[in-house]
Amino acid sequence: MLALTDYLTLGAILFSIAVVGIFLNRRNLIILLMAIELMLLAVNMNFIAFSHFHGNLDGQVFVFFILTVAAAEAAIGLAILVVLFRNRRTINVNELDLMKG
Amino acid sequence: MGFDKLVFYVFAAVLVFAALRVITCRNPVHAVFYLVLAFLNSAGLWLLLEAEFLAMTLVLVYVGAVMVLFLFVVMMLDINVAEMRAGMRRFAPVGVGIGILLVVEMALIVRSSAFSPEKFGNLVRSPADYSNTKALGSVLYTEHVYAFEIAAVILVLAIIAAIALTLRKRPKTRYQDPARQVSVRREDRVRLVDVPSEKRG
Repeated sequence: MLALTDYLTLGAILFSIAVVGIFLNRRNLIILLMAIELMLLAVNMNFIAFSHFHGNLDGQVFVFFILTVAAAEAAIGLAILVVLFRNRRTINVNELDLMKG
Repeated sequence: MGFDKLVFYVFAAVLVFAALRVITCRNPVHAVFYLVLAFLNSAGLWLLLEAEFLAMTLVLVYVGAVMVLFLFVVMMLDINVAEMRAGMRRFAPVGVGIGILLVVEMALIVRSSAFSPEKFGNLVRSPADYSNTKALGSVLYTEHVYAFEIAAVILVLAIIAAIALTLRKRPKTRYQDPARQVSVRREDRVRLVDVPSEKRG
């Protein structure tokens, strides 16, 4: 039978893949955004697993709001990306030094 | 091994494969499609946990809207893929090392006795007439109604921010401003020039 640990392990693997993705694609801003989406997916997986195994719906409500906020984040993030590309003609993270950081 | 477990492992294997392809794909368009595959598979895994409403929301909102948005942006921008991949080999050992470290650490915690099946039990199936959507709605609109309304405000904020960020006035476009057209006065447009008549001779 399926146990809680199966889902938690899957969530951990997924989260780690996303972290590795951020390391591998340090230059491409779009892939970075996609890796963040993967991280959110891993977290949501854990929330739903805990919600089911506890028999408590609060975890699913949480996932509902995470999905909402993540959609808003993706929309604004991509809008910023488009503006950035319009101004600099690149989305390479290394070349984004307008603020001299 | 029960049927549940078999389904779980098939979906989980495809999910992990898709996630790995997302971060290693050369072409960003392919990465977006693999991310779609990852979302579809996790929707299947959520269905296995009887979270039907969220699984459907994931397919509709993420695959249907957010990933299409990603696809549009990836296809609109003219990205130099080769330049993007330049540093990949250099960062790979560090990244993979940290990834393995993270998996091992989290697996140690997750596999500990705190989350063991003895404490949480195995998957318990709800009766056939149980409706996840109804149960979720009955909590969402009563206990969490304020959070629900704040979520609506956040979505409006996202719409306004996205439009305000990407809206631009091109200096070369010609357009009419009806307000200025209507409010024009005679003095602004008509100029009487006193031209002396030509001498006849």
